[in-house]
Amino acid sequence: MESGAVLDTLDRRLLDDFQQDFPLCPRPYAAMAERVDSDEETVITRLASLEERGYLSRVGPVFRPGALGASTLAAMAVPADRLQAVADLVSGYVEVNHNYEREHEFNLWFVVTARDQEAVDGVLEDIRRRTGIAVMDLPLLEEFHIDLGFPLWRT
Amino acid sequence: MANMTHTMTGAIIEAMQGGLPLTSRPFVQIAERVGTDEQTVIETVRELRTAGTIKRFGVVVRHHELGYRANGMLVMDLPDESVETIAERLAEDPAVTLCYRRPRRPPAWPYNLFCMIHGRDRVGVQRKVDALLIANDLQDRESCVLFSRKRFKQRGAIYVSSDTAAEANIDG
Repeated sequence: MESGAVLDTLDRRLLDDFQQDFPLCPRPYAAMAERVDSDEETVITRLASLEERGYLSRVGPVFRPGALGASTLAAMAVPADRLQAVADLVSGYVEVNHNYEREHEFNLWFVVTARDQEAVDGVLEDIRRRTGIAVMDLPLLEEFHIDLGFPLWRT
Repeated sequence: MANMTHTMTGAIIEAMQGGLPLTSRPFVQIAERVGTDEQTVIETVRELRTAGTIKRFGVVVRHHELGYRANGMLVMDLPDESVETIAERLAEDPAVTLCYRRPRRPPAWPYNLFCMIHGRDRVGVQRKVDALLIANDLQDRESCVLFSRKRFKQRGAIYVSSDTAAEANIDG
């Protein structure tokens, strides 16, 4: 699974060079191919393979938090013996995307994203009611980072 | 008319949430799904980028699978009057992937600034955090690093109703 072993130069360029600079034109994969000295069919095949192997999440838009709906970061302090069960319950909501265990008294952290604030609050309240554990609501107040993607081999 | 336009923009956003199809003319497929033409889809994406609704458009990688197994959430309690200045500086550091201000929830949670830091392992993340704090003269501030342990779920955000989301091509 170590990235170096299975990804060749073309894979790496496809993953690294088009995180922000993606050609918005009718045939984007042909435009990408031109920039990496390849052809459209190869680029499409490679991207599909990278997606299938789990390296590529998707090619597409990353939305600004709160731009389209409401979202929040939530945390819970879950007793160790209940963690897996509570995590499974939380992951079960379609509104929950990231859900992580972290090393802290607040050991379960997840992001809730929904159409509006009422829907977000509803999910938090529902989780609190079903688990009997308080849910700490930490909505975004200000974002400071311009998303430049995730540099892999470019530094 | 404004409402029509708004609805079309919403439909295009919804159709693209699972990602662009990996085909020769991907915007045609998006256009067909929502009942418009290719050029309208491309123009809409451009407009949403300019407006900042889309903060970037392109390849979205799964860093965990690419060997960046560890991430640490560095949280700090910074004075309200200087948090913005410090945050802007931290956000420029290549080690910082996200930098957000959030409300404190005292007494359990005294922190108001969150920075996400990725690394190949825990030691690597800690090293980046230490360097970041020293470089910005923040060693003496109240701070804490919450290392990731288990990832239960990760995929792109879905903003639409549950019915539609269930059909979307989401990365689980």
